[in-house]
Amino acid sequence: MIQAYPDAIQIASVVREQEVSAKSIVAAALSRIADGNQRLNCFTTVMADSALADAEAIDRQIAEGKDPGILAGVPIAVKDLLDIAGITTLAGSKINAAKPPATCDATAVARLRQAGAVLVGATNMDEYAYGFVTENSHYGATHNPHDFNRVAGGSSGGSAAAVAAGLVAISLGSDTNGSIRVPAAFCGIFGLKPTYGRLSRAGSALFAGSFDHIGPFARSVRDLAAVFDVLQGADPADPVCTTRPPERCLPQLNLGIENLRIAVADDYFARGAEPEALEAVAKVASALGVKDRVTIPEAERARAAAFVITASEGANLHLKDLRSRPNDFDPATRDRFLAGALIPASWYIQAQRFRQWYRDRVREIFENVDIILAPATPCIAPPIGQEKMVIAGEEMLVRPNLGRFTQPLSFIGLPIISVPIQREGNMPLGVQIIAAPYNEALVLRVAAFLEAQGIVSAPVIQR
Amino acid sequence: MPDSPSLIPNRQIAEYVDRMAELIDLPIDPEYKPGIIANMTRIAQVAQLVNEFPLPDEIEAATIFTP
Repeated sequence: MIQAYPDAIQIASVVREQEVSAKSIVAAALSRIADGNQRLNCFTTVMADSALADAEAIDRQIAEGKDPGILAGVPIAVKDLLDIAGITTLAGSKINAAKPPATCDATAVARLRQAGAVLVGATNMDEYAYGFVTENSHYGATHNPHDFNRVAGGSSGGSAAAVAAGLVAISLGSDTNGSIRVPAAFCGIFGLKPTYGRLSRAGSALFAGSFDHIGPFARSVRDLAAVFDVLQGADPADPVCTTRPPERCLPQLNLGIENLRIAVADDYFARGAEPEALEAVAKVASALGVKDRVTIPEAERARAAAFVITASEGANLHLKDLRSRPNDFDPATRDRFLAGALIPASWYIQAQRFRQWYRDRVREIFENVDIILAPATPCIAPPIGQEKMVIAGEEMLVRPNLGRFTQPLSFIGLPIISVPIQREGNMPLGVQIIAAPYNEALVLRVAAFLEAQGIVSAPVIQR
Repeated sequence: MPDSPSLIPNRQIAEYVDRMAELIDLPIDPEYKPGIIANMTRIAQVAQLVNEFPLPDEIEAATIFTP
């Protein structure tokens, strides 16, 4: 029996059992995209012909008695900064549109395809991943499936909205300062930002290499775990990719939360948010029986240091184009990139040194705590085009402040899942489940526990 | 992020933007200048939070360079 909107594991299961062909699964996804993308604008490229051909190849493998993999026939999409062989990687920019097609798949794309996934397209994003809203002046804004007048979040907004709307089962995004966790929260789905360096970024357009991660969006925790397991493994093509052996997380999902020391982040992480964002954290804490609090010191400074490093590294990558063709940048990123190019070296180096100090303090915290809970965003998804918002009674700019709770954590590369809290009649919110580096298995276990309790879920939006 | 005024006067930020842009050969369209100054002012405010924090000398910026 197939549910109306199954998760990836279930899709792959029925495809492998030949209950439904991969081709019909992919054709149905393409049909949903043709319809839904007109309203949502998730995709910058849809690869209908190659997707159907890939699906037929999966069906042939199954007919020949071969196992095409754990994601057999699952329709997936990837943020348009991951290379797809034969397609130009736009990275949300007009400038890159003139570049030649990628000659090979990004490592992550190749590994998903090897596991049987069928790539149906590339998804919209903020230009060069510099933003939290996916309001792109070249390719349009991506709309939130819960409310078309609101942003999907960014910078991986197209990937998040495509999963939330049921256009694909799985997608990949990238997270530098929150670009997986913010759109996952706003769109009401699961998003995993792994430990920095744990998954290969080879073949992706970098934004700020010190913090760039890639990771999956999904409708279930087991899908997140399955994709994470498929993507693990050393890759000499990414200089920061770990050589430690992969640790399979899917088999550990149901180990439960007994003996895990869990605490709610207080101080910085309990301020500067709308009440509902903190209520979402309280709901998760209550379900986990958590009463302990923990203080992450100097989180505000951590966010500041991440801001300086991001601006500096991001600008340097685009310096040639900033010199020769600044008019071709998105107005939402241009002035930030131009200013970032002018940052004094001592500010950048001081921020990198502070990163080490802060990492050491957080390591000390994880000697006494296994899991930390924090809001993913300070508020629900704001309306498209809104420049200012009021949070906790204070008026502030929308764009830079959506990353308040995500930025101090990706700054030191911690593994984090944003789990979705559905709120009847209201926009969804996300809660960050945070662990020490390389403890993806733990955050997945906690998320799986919450999912089993019905506290977090990611049903397809019916509109 | 701090919304308090920068300790560095706006005029100095504008001058810095002009001189640094010259030094690194980054032409600045006058149309973009107010936006760049606004962003640089914001970066300066934010960087001040980091720069004023005392760090022990032995704290080194980690590198991923492998010879």
